[in-house]
Amino acid sequence: MGVGIQVEKLNAWFGKTQALYDISINVMANHATAVIGPSGCGKSTFVRCLNRMHEVIPEARAAGRVRIGEIDVYNGTSAVQVRRRIGMVFQKPNPFPTMSIYDNVAAGLKLNGFRNRKQLDEIVHRSLTYAALFDEVKDTMHKKSGASLSGGQQQRLCIARALAVEPEVLLMDEPCSALDPISTGKIEELIFQLKEKFTIVIVTHNMQQASRVAEFTGFFLLGKLIEFDKTEKIFTTPSDKRTEDYITGRFG
Amino acid sequence: MRTRFQQGLDELRARLLRMGGLAEQAVDRACQAYKERDLKRCHLVLEGESLINATEREIDELAFDLLAMQQPMAVDLRFILAVTKINSDLERVGDQAVNIAERVMDMVELPPVDLPIDIPRMAAASSAMVRRALESFIEGKAELAQAVLEMDNVVDRMRDEAFITLVKCMNEEPDKTRQALDALLIARNLERVADHATNIAEDVIFWVRGADVRHNVPQESAVAAQEVPETR
Repeated sequence: MGVGIQVEKLNAWFGKTQALYDISINVMANHATAVIGPSGCGKSTFVRCLNRMHEVIPEARAAGRVRIGEIDVYNGTSAVQVRRRIGMVFQKPNPFPTMSIYDNVAAGLKLNGFRNRKQLDEIVHRSLTYAALFDEVKDTMHKKSGASLSGGQQQRLCIARALAVEPEVLLMDEPCSALDPISTGKIEELIFQLKEKFTIVIVTHNMQQASRVAEFTGFFLLGKLIEFDKTEKIFTTPSDKRTEDYITGRFG
Repeated sequence: MRTRFQQGLDELRARLLRMGGLAEQAVDRACQAYKERDLKRCHLVLEGESLINATEREIDELAFDLLAMQQPMAVDLRFILAVTKINSDLERVGDQAVNIAERVMDMVELPPVDLPIDIPRMAAASSAMVRRALESFIEGKAELAQAVLEMDNVVDRMRDEAFITLVKCMNEEPDKTRQALDALLIARNLERVADHATNIAEDVIFWVRGADVRHNVPQESAVAAQEVPETR
């Protein structure tokens, strides 16, 4: 099951440049929350702070409180422990090119010392099924490499890989921006179904996508959270003029 | 700024105003025809209907194209939805003008009689509502639209009074029955014009404020009523 995310006064910097200012937000468990905003507004930085990937960048740092379920992300928990509970899917599908489809999905588990073949088979099967890819690769998953799949299939493979370690939260940073409309449709359908088991935070430039998949949407601008509300409210009657100007294409 | 989209919205606005002008003109002509028992004006109203219908289709096509091609959001989405609904109401206003013209054509065939109803006064009130509703659209001002909603009761009352006095007239002076019936139907048509003006005003409020004020339901949209996670 997914867990909620509570963010309180989150600030982030790249060196001396502040990228996020006092972000406070409650992400509801088992819902999809979209993060929108113009380039450079801090939306990717925000999601990367949730699983402590922001600090991987030299001189980048974050301060504030992030709770994922019961764990305090920035207090008393290691980055590795955090990332085990939070899967992430990136803009460009990044399967391990030399591994088979099966091994791609099993990689995270094997890395954690998981060796029981029967259980591995079950988890890979289940993860590929969750990612709506199993039927397409069931006969070839041991032979074909992850890189041999189409872009849309590769992205679903990356989702399966993220799901295999049974995270509670799935972060998606523009997961469909490199995909054609058919693959995008499949991923969106998948997001819709995955919400039953996971909490999803999706960064997207595509506002139609945000409106299709997410129940809640946050609008970021210049590192600040301008508005956070039910998605239908944001896209029909936003409260803040800046949100309206952005979603109607008057700037950004 | 999405220039082409903005041009499309401007074009939609201009065409709707043209449609509003045509509908207003049709009602004014029909009422003038009543006052002066003028068949020529009646024919002008009937002939003008095809232009109103064609304009309605053009506006719907443009709105449809903008929805499909530009995926409007928020205020733009509300604007286009409001325009399509106002468009439909204006076409119905045109239909009411045709109905009035047809009644006048019937009345002109009959001997003129004095009737206990002030159709020009009722026409002025209904036309004023349409005009002010369109002004609220031009200005994008919800408060002007709100004022139109408050005028609807006045026209409703006029219609009710007309019904009572004209039925009484028909009972007491049976030789005036056909003329009284025509006048009663015209009063009904004018009341419908006022209803369409009310709809237009409600659509302007929806566009400007995002609030659904139809059917006197207290304003708390389904969206607003749903639980929203706290944002600090």
